[in-house]
Amino acid sequence: MELSGAQILLECLKREGVEVVFGFPGGAVIDIYNELPNASFKHVLVRHEQAAIHAADGYARASGKVGCCLVTSGPGATNTVTGIATAYMDSIPVVILTGQVPTPLIGNDAFQEVDIVGITRPCTKHNYLVKDVKNLAHVIRQAFFIARSGRPGPVLVDLPKDVMQTKTEFVWPEDVHMRSYNPNYKPHAGQIRKVAQLIRDAERPLIYAGGGVISSHAHEALTWLAQNLHIPVTATLMGLGCFPGNDKLWLGMLGMHGTYAANMAINNADFVLAVGARFDDRVTGKVSTFAPKATLVHVDIDPTSIQKNVSVHVPLVADCRLALEALKEELEPSLAVYDFEEGHRPWLGKVAAWAKEHPLTYKPSAETIKPQHVVEVLHELTHGDAIIATEVGQNQMWAAQFYKFNKPNAFLSSGGLGTMGYGFPAAIGAQFACPDRMVIDVAGDGSIQMNIQELATSVANKLGIKIVILNNGFLGMVRQWQELFYKRNYCETCMDAQPDFVKLAEAYGAKGFRISKTAELRRVLQEALDTPGTVIVDVLVEREENVYPMVPAGASLTDMLLV
Amino acid sequence: MRHTLSVTVENEPGVLSRVAGLFSGRGFNIESLNVGPTLDPGASVMTVTTEGDEQIIEQIVKQLRKLITVIKVVDLTEMKSVLREMILLKVNACDANRAEILRTVDIFRCKVVDVSIDEITIEATGNHEKIEAIIGLLNRFGIKEISRSGMVAMKRSMQG
Repeated sequence: MELSGAQILLECLKREGVEVVFGFPGGAVIDIYNELPNASFKHVLVRHEQAAIHAADGYARASGKVGCCLVTSGPGATNTVTGIATAYMDSIPVVILTGQVPTPLIGNDAFQEVDIVGITRPCTKHNYLVKDVKNLAHVIRQAFFIARSGRPGPVLVDLPKDVMQTKTEFVWPEDVHMRSYNPNYKPHAGQIRKVAQLIRDAERPLIYAGGGVISSHAHEALTWLAQNLHIPVTATLMGLGCFPGNDKLWLGMLGMHGTYAANMAINNADFVLAVGARFDDRVTGKVSTFAPKATLVHVDIDPTSIQKNVSVHVPLVADCRLALEALKEELEPSLAVYDFEEGHRPWLGKVAAWAKEHPLTYKPSAETIKPQHVVEVLHELTHGDAIIATEVGQNQMWAAQFYKFNKPNAFLSSGGLGTMGYGFPAAIGAQFACPDRMVIDVAGDGSIQMNIQELATSVANKLGIKIVILNNGFLGMVRQWQELFYKRNYCETCMDAQPDFVKLAEAYGAKGFRISKTAELRRVLQEALDTPGTVIVDVLVEREENVYPMVPAGASLTDMLLV
Repeated sequence: MRHTLSVTVENEPGVLSRVAGLFSGRGFNIESLNVGPTLDPGASVMTVTTEGDEQIIEQIVKQLRKLITVIKVVDLTEMKSVLREMILLKVNACDANRAEILRTVDIFRCKVVDVSIDEITIEATGNHEKIEAIIGLLNRFGIKEISRSGMVAMKRSMQG
């Protein structure tokens, strides 16, 4: 049977298992929208295209599946670029479908025409312009395959209007074969034996885990290795949740706002297993003094991550889960021979002493609400089970530090790109992925305003998302840098003109709460969490609170500013 | 150090800008670039000469391999290979210089492909050093125009 391009597209999305598409219609995609009533998936109408891509990204992070969004040509497409770059930096599988002007008009500066394939070339894993409807099914199949395989990432497919209208025979490609794309998953057996021996020989071992552990579902294997071999674990922002936050081997996050124990451990370890992490500058600080005493092993599926920022001793290009499972298999028999617990006892004692010496902390106050305390109370009230999305800045760091994640796929944050305005739309995506979970966006008063219009989307879809604004009336992280490194020159960081967030929530049909006293924090937060539907909680916090520890940019990890 | 990379790519629109964009976006340097068809109509070969230390070259090779449309990357600098560039030079040739220019053409086994009253156009082929030497020698007569093909290269059959 002959189908139109639009019909073929919907059929392909169905076969790819797409459950929800976040989108916004327009002239170039009107043929696709015309077919939507027959679609197998739900379409969620956002209020700005940036939110469509962030929601698809949040859906992908929370579910582990490929997220999908659909926007029109020109401005619709360009509005997704920030979100595409966000997903690209954090290796999140998303397929972006953009409308395009009809093929005969391409290149003529037609109305709402933009070369989105050209614009997104450096921030997508791959992208396509479909010029012939006969290639459509094939391209969609490849797009999903590329997005989810290897090191995941965003793939954009540009769909000219006439291609969506043209009819052709629909043929579903049963499998995908690409001679130029074959990611390597299996770890090299010789390298595994080498790493296993290094682990046996190590006296002061440490696991440094990143987002790759979460995207490859390696958390169980990682937890097994750490707990059975008695190796302490630290993680990057992207890796939070890959290891139980309540385990005694957990050191907390490392890097610029990492814990004292984690940064001291990486500085003193004689063996570091870096897995699914990429030695980002926010993690390493000054590269030449990073893990100076350690034999470094780096497990990553992307060969370009290895030897890029830091020179490692043993590279291992493989899927993190397969590599850690191979290590488990190799090391399990050693448990009968080696007493890892006894061997690592002095090291674990040292690590515990660091954690005791400078734990994550803040100075409590009777007068003002401490933002860290808000996150602690949230953790308590949700029993650590909520999905936490964050915006970017201080709110993000406090959420990362003080919410103890026990499970993967529960912390949604723009790690690599640091995109303000990410959290709320990502929370919307996560709520569609996990309708029965509590989803909270920990926000700042600056970031939340970057995609505040999505209140309409959340209310329209009756989503129970709770937005907790840590409101300090500042762009807090920039203000912190100005305070510490720019002689308190608070240039353009004071947000003195603010909306009334409670009234704003009400205007959108959501519910609003305001908390200004520590004494009422727990009660009102609980009430907000118990309130059905979309809720904003405007928490007026200490205005000039800083995130500590802090390693100044470019300094060594041991040069921490502490509370 | 200068490296010559042979990059086999899918012959499809946009592949050149993917490769070029990779170099510019990551701050790598392209010294010369040559693109042409291969025996397989679905594939093209790009010969890229670039410069960098070992770590940078390793990154360039890996980043190129990561591009979805790149089929194969070979660093020809690491093996025995034949490297050739073709160059067209338009040189000032007054009566006093003409003989000397033609002698140079002879020594380097170049070809004269066009002549006029006061100019000679020369075609030369060779590796990087030879081409640089020809330019160096003809410079004193005044080179009016130059057009270079960029390096093309091939692995030698006997690697031993």
